[in-house]
Amino acid sequence: MASTTPIDTPPAPPAKSSPGGSTGRMGDTVFSGLSKGSGILLLVIMATIAVFLTYRATLAISQDEGNFLTTFDWNPAGDPPVFGIAVLLFGTVVSSVIALVIAVPVAVGIALFISHYAPRRLAAPLAYVVDLLAAVPSIIYGIWGALFLVPYLDGLNLWLDQYFSWTYIFDQTQPGVARNMFTVGILLAIMILPIITSVSREVFLQVPRMNEEAALALGATRWEVIRMSVLPFGRSGVISASMLGLGRALGETMAVATVLSPNFVMSLHLLDPGGGTFAQNIAAKFDEADQFGRDALIASGLVLFLLTLLVNGAARLIIARRKEYSGANA
Amino acid sequence: MSNAHSGAAGNGPAAGPAGSAAIQNRPAAPATGESSGSGPGPAPSGGPGSGPERRQSLSQRGLPRWAPAGFAAAGIVIGVAVGAGAGLQSRVQWGLIAVVAFLVISYAVTSAVENSRQAKDRLATSVVWVCFILAVIPLFSLLWVTVSRGMKVLDPYFLSHSMAGVPSSQAGGGVYHALIGTLEQVGIATVIATPIGLLTAVYLVEYGKGALAKAVTFFVDVMTGIPSIVAGLFILAIMLMGKIEPSGLMGSLALAILMMPVVVRSTEEMLKLVPNELREAALALGVPKWRMILKVVLPTAIGGITTGVMLAIARIAGETAPIILLVFGSQLINSNPFEGAQSSLPFYIYEQYKAGEVASIDRAWAAALVLIAFVMILNLVARGIARWKAPKTGR
Repeated sequence: MASTTPIDTPPAPPAKSSPGGSTGRMGDTVFSGLSKGSGILLLVIMATIAVFLTYRATLAISQDEGNFLTTFDWNPAGDPPVFGIAVLLFGTVVSSVIALVIAVPVAVGIALFISHYAPRRLAAPLAYVVDLLAAVPSIIYGIWGALFLVPYLDGLNLWLDQYFSWTYIFDQTQPGVARNMFTVGILLAIMILPIITSVSREVFLQVPRMNEEAALALGATRWEVIRMSVLPFGRSGVISASMLGLGRALGETMAVATVLSPNFVMSLHLLDPGGGTFAQNIAAKFDEADQFGRDALIASGLVLFLLTLLVNGAARLIIARRKEYSGANA
Repeated sequence: MSNAHSGAAGNGPAAGPAGSAAIQNRPAAPATGESSGSGPGPAPSGGPGSGPERRQSLSQRGLPRWAPAGFAAAGIVIGVAVGAGAGLQSRVQWGLIAVVAFLVISYAVTSAVENSRQAKDRLATSVVWVCFILAVIPLFSLLWVTVSRGMKVLDPYFLSHSMAGVPSSQAGGGVYHALIGTLEQVGIATVIATPIGLLTAVYLVEYGKGALAKAVTFFVDVMTGIPSIVAGLFILAIMLMGKIEPSGLMGSLALAILMMPVVVRSTEEMLKLVPNELREAALALGVPKWRMILKVVLPTAIGGITTGVMLAIARIAGETAPIILLVFGSQLINSNPFEGAQSSLPFYIYEQYKAGEVASIDRAWAAALVLIAFVMILNLVARGIARWKAPKTGR
């Protein structure tokens, strides 16, 4: 709603006249100090997160007998402690990429539906329904996925294996329950749909109306209007929306922890159970971890932190380059 | 928000097909659709095969308005026929066949009767509708499953008892301790995060200039994307260094970190909506800036701010990962958030799910129903407030 009202409030100009205005108004100094302090506090929190995680992580990594980046094992309690993030990094990226591949086209479709196709009076309520998807807590997605979705996907897995096993990734070498990366990817896709949709929708609604009407006047069909004027205009917005979704998918914990049956094998057979992600590994291994084990988990969390920081930062930079997108409020 | 798509959506489903023909025909009424094409215009003389190349008349043959409904009916008939004929068990497969049949029929018929451009347009319309339905299915499935399975155990007893002394394989027990935990942890997190978030938003909108404001904006955005488990690990690192025991408070701190950026973003948006005239009027009367903010700006935006805070609460109420790391979980009632392990609703769901017994999974669903009801009610109320008290800018 906020986006179209053309109030780009410049920070209210008149009061900032520091030479004349500072007539001993204590309240002003205190209040502006407080609000500035809060802003700084947020920056400090971000910085301390990075510093603390790095500190604890170095404690753990310095005693790691394996290579932290390439070891296929997680055994910080072993006699020579050996642990590495190779499988976790792989699993995190693979599950998120599956989620993106599924979610982005659907989300763009929904965004177009809401911005250009839905009956006008229904558009806002329908958008709200999609936003409700984002309100569902992730643990509920988790148990819904594990107890309801997984049995349903068994059939799909068999079918994919039967007809698409030549693609290698859909080759199911260990038949079993569908607690695999593919299921996780589907679940993550559902979870990141709302954010991709809402950011894309904002962008699509900001397409200059003249462009669309010009296309219509030339006799374009609605789909041609979308292809010629809406999609090109919205491309960078959709890209950054996808990256925001990617950031969510990378860090999702509970949905993965409940659905996946993890192991420390790196496999591109998406239908085979196994694999793991950073967040899932932390949630699963935390109970049995001693202090050193926790530091090791913190080390893996640091990698996750940097990964999401990178992805989110890039997404925000793309958005910021076109300032008029207020997709950031998603 | 609504003005941008009125050009396309306002004309209804007939806008596409009518467009090219009607514009040449009667420029004054481009939206009247096929009726104008077949009525007053030159009679469609071309035969059924007159494609776009050999079009003789100015108006074009068009399918009637009910065509999509007809296609859908045909698709469903084919889906049912093939499904029943081939003896397919799953109704999902029937539905998929029906959808594919619908798409094929509508594309083929439209490209035969109208032309391939219109056919593509219809195809795109159908695909976009399908996308939307695809997103709605999981939402309703999830809500339905949670409600239907959760109702089994949910009763006043469940809400008013803890799990003390109840083995996970047995029925009984309840969610009271987890409810208390959730309310306290979320409450403390709100008390910490809301003032900081509000003040930061005030800073960004009313005072912020230069590099610091830019940095804060950027990092608030980035902070929105911090995975909840990383926030948990951060507090865990502090706990490890300070030798602090797990408690509800630690969980609240992590939740507060997750809540702050959400509050900042929504409050910022709302403060930007406050008309500048109000600020200027107050300042012109000689009101100090801080009083202007407290007495004019914030009250004007209070509806939206409340909404933002409530949505943020709804978001953190469902966070599980930090609770696993920091609050440790408990079967007993512990109403002191500052000392000792606590439980919380999402943690309780996870714990009962992991126990894997029939009775415990029933409890997990019931708790999920409680949680989802809590979150959804917060959401609905928040949106309601937003609609009621939206600042009256000349929208």
